[in-house]
Amino acid sequence: MSAERAEVTITHPVGLHARPAVKFTKLAKTFDAKIRLRGAPDGAWADAKSIVKVMALKLRTGTRLELEAEGPAAAEALAALEALVARDFDEQHG
Amino acid sequence: MAETRLQGRPASPGLILGPLFRLDEGDAEDTAPADDPAAEHGKLDTALEQAASDLAELMADASDDGAEILAFQSAMLDDPALVEDARTAIDEGASALDAWRGALDEQIEGFRAADDEYFRARALDLEDLKTRVADLLSGRTGTGLDAPAGAILCGADLTPSRFLTADWQKLKGIALARGSAQSHVAMLARARGVPMVVELGPIPETDADAVLDARAGTLVMAPDAATRAAYATDREALDREVEAEAALLTQPAHLPSGERVACLLNIDAPEGVDAALLDASDGIGLWRTEFLFLDRPHPPSEDEQVATYKGLLDRLGGRPVIARTLDIGGDKPLSWANLPRETNPFLGLRGLRLCLERPELFKPQVRALLRAAPGRNLEVMLPMVSRAAELAEARAFFQACLEELEAEGVDAAMPPLGMMVETPASAVAIDTFDPAFVSIGSNDLVQYTMAASREATGRVAALADPLDPAVLRLVETVVRHGRATGLPVSLCGDMAADPRCADRLLAIGLRRLSVGPAALARLKRTVAGHAG
Repeated sequence: MSAERAEVTITHPVGLHARPAVKFTKLAKTFDAKIRLRGAPDGAWADAKSIVKVMALKLRTGTRLELEAEGPAAAEALAALEALVARDFDEQHG
Repeated sequence: MAETRLQGRPASPGLILGPLFRLDEGDAEDTAPADDPAAEHGKLDTALEQAASDLAELMADASDDGAEILAFQSAMLDDPALVEDARTAIDEGASALDAWRGALDEQIEGFRAADDEYFRARALDLEDLKTRVADLLSGRTGTGLDAPAGAILCGADLTPSRFLTADWQKLKGIALARGSAQSHVAMLARARGVPMVVELGPIPETDADAVLDARAGTLVMAPDAATRAAYATDREALDREVEAEAALLTQPAHLPSGERVACLLNIDAPEGVDAALLDASDGIGLWRTEFLFLDRPHPPSEDEQVATYKGLLDRLGGRPVIARTLDIGGDKPLSWANLPRETNPFLGLRGLRLCLERPELFKPQVRALLRAAPGRNLEVMLPMVSRAAELAEARAFFQACLEELEAEGVDAAMPPLGMMVETPASAVAIDTFDPAFVSIGSNDLVQYTMAASREATGRVAALADPLDPAVLRLVETVVRHGRATGLPVSLCGDMAADPRCADRLLAIGLRRLSVGPAALARLKRTVAGHAG
């Protein structure tokens, strides 16, 4: 099975930090797919279901995020994760 | 000791004089030499399990933001990647305690080295987790904070767990040698109103009292007579201000003329709202039900929605709750709903337009609202209405759902059906609509009237002005129509939260305003101080 890909920019003012990372990895875990992410263009890849690995990437606001998924729910997973990032993780700010 | 002044940075405002109480910051005792790896893995497993259940218990007791902060630690603890390196070290002969500390120290260092203060501040959350598990492994029991009443807690840094287990009726302030205004503890301190100053540098040992001024960011140890006198004056002024606001907050709001103004809340998930603010409000003026639908792989069931709606209504004990039906669209896609992508989502299929287009999405919510209505003060508000026909179509949809429920023998009732006024069309031609009530959604009304996005910057942002005559005239049109016909008119949006705008709204004649919880006290103060 070939991998699905998506890209989205982090617009949340403080980046993919604690609460967003909790939401992001929790949502990722609901899908039957192997999902990884990295900061474009050449960041290290990390497992999107591991909050430890995601936090270690220290992805700040403005970072272009590359997502990649394989598995039965790959497309669905990417659409959902991309939307979550685009919605600033549903956090009120500013 | 002579008066000693340390300069740091404010992290949570306030002012307090009291004795300093020093945090015990010793590391846990070293353990006995390691047993065989299998036994050490077992010890680590037991400690991790215990830590997880302790955290869960602490989360259940902590309110709102405290629980969210611990949710981060809990998610980290739940992730096997956290202990990967510790497992390897145990296999190589380390004790569980040494392996755990080593693995966590490395990750803590990783955060400390971050460029971004926000990520640096997360080091403390990991430090907290490290101590929690290390204490369990070494058998060290809780480091209780047995402080004298009115004390200022001081130390190098403070972890969220310690903050949440401390008694903030007794302790009155926080002075930290390091710390960060971006830390979770700083957020908690701000939420609880505990004064806090960070980055003070080494704090000398002393038995003397100290003045913590979290507005200026200073800690004055052994204050002299002049400092004490200045403190007393400032303290009194602050107390009066705080008292005035607190007194207003819990009382119904009145204009100086004696006229009553209803002050309601705009909320999302009710769990996130401070109970005291919920109690101090006149009800919910805007309940954004989207929170039920976001961040999940499937839509919420009708029954789940009924339970949520009834839960808040019963919590409010008879005060009105205005639930807005699902307001989503191209800009807020739902993963499971397969919504079309639009080039201009704010002018596209959003709000009521989308719900009427996708009845399978709308119907469970409508049925749930109808089921929650009997015997409760529920009102339902429709978003993004541009012409009367949409309102009629929605009403027919509600009626059909009601008849269906009645045919099924399910208890249900029709709540008052109102609408948001957020399109210029609905404001200009308000007399062509026949809702049970209207609420002006000022954020969208400004954006659509001025053709200037809420997210805009620079020149365009300046155009998104809620006090522009064009916006105020539309508001006036609606308020005047309401007064002439008896149609109840309220306003929910950022306008009501800004004292300058709220003052204008009161002058125009609005007597029902809805704001975010953090702005409730401010709104009541604006009402009480309104001239004219």
